Amino acid sequence: MSVLLQQLANGVVQGALIALIALGYTMVYGIIQLINFAHGEVFMVASYGGLATFTLLPGDLQKTPAVALPLMFVGGILVAVVVALVMERFAYRPLRNAPRLAPLITALGVSVFLQEAVRVWYPNATSNLPYPKVFPDGNLSLGPVNVPWTGVLLVVLSVGLSIVLQTYINKSRMGRAMRATAQDPDTAKLMGVNPDRVIVLTFIFGAVLAGVAGVMFGGYLSNINIDMGFQNGIFAFTAAVLGGVGSIRGAVIGAFIIGLIKTLAGQYMPGGTQYDYVWIFVVLILVLVFRPQGLFGEPERVRA
Amino acid sequence: MRKHSVKSAAMVGAALLVLAACGSNKDEAGGNNGGSCDTSKGTLTVGVVAPLSGNLSALGLGIKQSAELAVDEANKKCTVKGYKLTVSAQDDEANPAKGAQAATKLSTDPNVVGVVGTLNSSVAQTVQPILRDKKIPQVSPANTNPSLTRGNDFLTAPKRQFDNYFRVCTTDDLQGPYAANYLVEKAGKKKIAIITDGKTYGEGLAAELSKQVTKKGGQIVGSEKVGEKDTDFSGVISKIKALAPEAVYYGGEYPVAGPLSKQMASAGLNVPLMGGDGIYDGKFIELGGKEGDLATSVGAPTESLATAKAFVEAYKAKFGKEDYAAYGAFSYDAANAIIGGLAKTVDGGAWDESKRDAMLTNVGAYSGSGATGEVKFDQYGDSTNKVLTVYSVTSGKWKDVQTGEFTG
Repeated sequence: MSVLLQQLANGVVQGALIALIALGYTMVYGIIQLINFAHGEVFMVASYGGLATFTLLPGDLQKTPAVALPLMFVGGILVAVVVALVMERFAYRPLRNAPRLAPLITALGVSVFLQEAVRVWYPNATSNLPYPKVFPDGNLSLGPVNVPWTGVLLVVLSVGLSIVLQTYINKSRMGRAMRATAQDPDTAKLMGVNPDRVIVLTFIFGAVLAGVAGVMFGGYLSNINIDMGFQNGIFAFTAAVLGGVGSIRGAVIGAFIIGLIKTLAGQYMPGGTQYDYVWIFVVLILVLVFRPQGLFGEPERVRA
Repeated sequence: MRKHSVKSAAMVGAALLVLAACGSNKDEAGGNNGGSCDTSKGTLTVGVVAPLSGNLSALGLGIKQSAELAVDEANKKCTVKGYKLTVSAQDDEANPAKGAQAATKLSTDPNVVGVVGTLNSSVAQTVQPILRDKKIPQVSPANTNPSLTRGNDFLTAPKRQFDNYFRVCTTDDLQGPYAANYLVEKAGKKKIAIITDGKTYGEGLAAELSKQVTKKGGQIVGSEKVGEKDTDFSGVISKIKALAPEAVYYGGEYPVAGPLSKQMASAGLNVPLMGGDGIYDGKFIELGGKEGDLATSVGAPTESLATAKAFVEAYKAKFGKEDYAAYGAFSYDAANAIIGGLAKTVDGGAWDESKRDAMLTNVGAYSGSGATGEVKFDQYGDSTNKVLTVYSVTSGKWKDVQTGEFTG
């Protein structure tokens, strides 16, 4: 029983990380129907951005977590946002009216570019880099269940930020513009919505969330490498598809489902941890067979 | 439209895999010119195949630079008469497919007389046959999987696999049991859990350890696998923790082992993590290896060997740092075995393709006193030097606690 509870907790933490990244996939898809495969790399770059910020701090500030930690978040998020904006402006905007496959392949190119750029230009990025120990140490113990404080923080941030995002999109004026653009960009334009602004804002939101995820990843697992974007990006993309691409709620729930399947299948299914990925994709395939639009995806909209 | 996008997503997934499989093959040339020796007959090349980029590059770099040092010294001493030697180092990224590309590239160069490498046993499996077809001797500084020289039935029916393959380090059928004896008898850990990364090296090592643990009265309480690119091990750790092991043995390398050890501690599983030569690197500690963690490695500690002193000093003089890593001294000896074999083969004459058979024989018969002690090969191509050392993390550093040979 205690093992089950512990594995559930592990799964929730893993799901929280995936959710933060999955939101970026699903929002961009919702607005411009682009699967932004480079989004995993934005997450990776943010993690290195946070690390670089820490390295650049003067020695006494490095020893003050209350200052260093928020600055790392700011640094990581800033790097993520800048990368996302440059990516949107120079890689995707020129292709906005091109056939859909073109931006998709471009996204792959951007992904490889970012990964190699960090490998070549970030000092010592050819191998794993340890993350600074400025995060709260120790565990939250609830009976038999132990969760590191960084894991708790990850879950709180992930759930909190997705609620904020959902509320913003449902309630605010800009959120309404985003929904309108998602439904019908041409009509939205006629109604006075500036699509460029909406798209740029969408990329910024995705990058901020990926930035938070990137720095938290480093804090939670204590070291980072250039492959982390690819691995977690695939999980996040899968979560977005599972939940229904375009749906905020779907992406978050899909992410938690994936986290839980991974840990529970590793514990209880034949083959153990060797085959945990298999079960994630078995569930994905089953869901797509019976609900091609994903768990919370809307059925195909008819476009004017 | 949505269906369409799922379809294109699948295509992209496939494209991603292809992209991941391709990538670039970096190549670097090294080795210095040969001073005042007679080099009128041209240049011959010693190949190096090792991970020069990626997670294991710290080990690969030590291999490459140590081979360069050996070649440099040979050039200065005019060891191979009439020829200048150079090093051609190829990156295998610790990936068997990349290793095959690197080996193919070297094997098509008529000036390549031998290859130092590889680091990974899994990469050696693809490199061996390519080099054999061209009769190019391969001397590995680091492959410890016993089947590479003696076949899958290495204990009961050993049979030489590749007549061009040699190694200067000992093997996992000794390393695993040596570690098991230390764990069970010296450290008194009877309940051992095993985690492996599923690769040739880690699987083989863990299997050999398990047999000996059981033989010595210990118990393997569980056995799990992790992915080489995994980063969050909480699932595996919770599963293992429920089995209450007294120690965890990890078959694999430090990029996973370091974080794994750290995550074990933070999940409340405060038992030592032990591994083989693949985790014996300073990076393991940097990435989260904790006090009391253990590793076995091949040979005696480099710093303690009288024969190694000269190597360490020369390495420092040439590269300014002591980053020869776990296999530097072995790589130096491997390169010298090739150079020694070559000197005997050329022997004042000229090198040509017809000398390749003689070259294999001469490398096999090589014997010398190297940085790791006596360098000699047995009838399978294995090193006759069977020394192993147990190290433990003490005050943030690897410290040797026991050196010897496996005696049963």
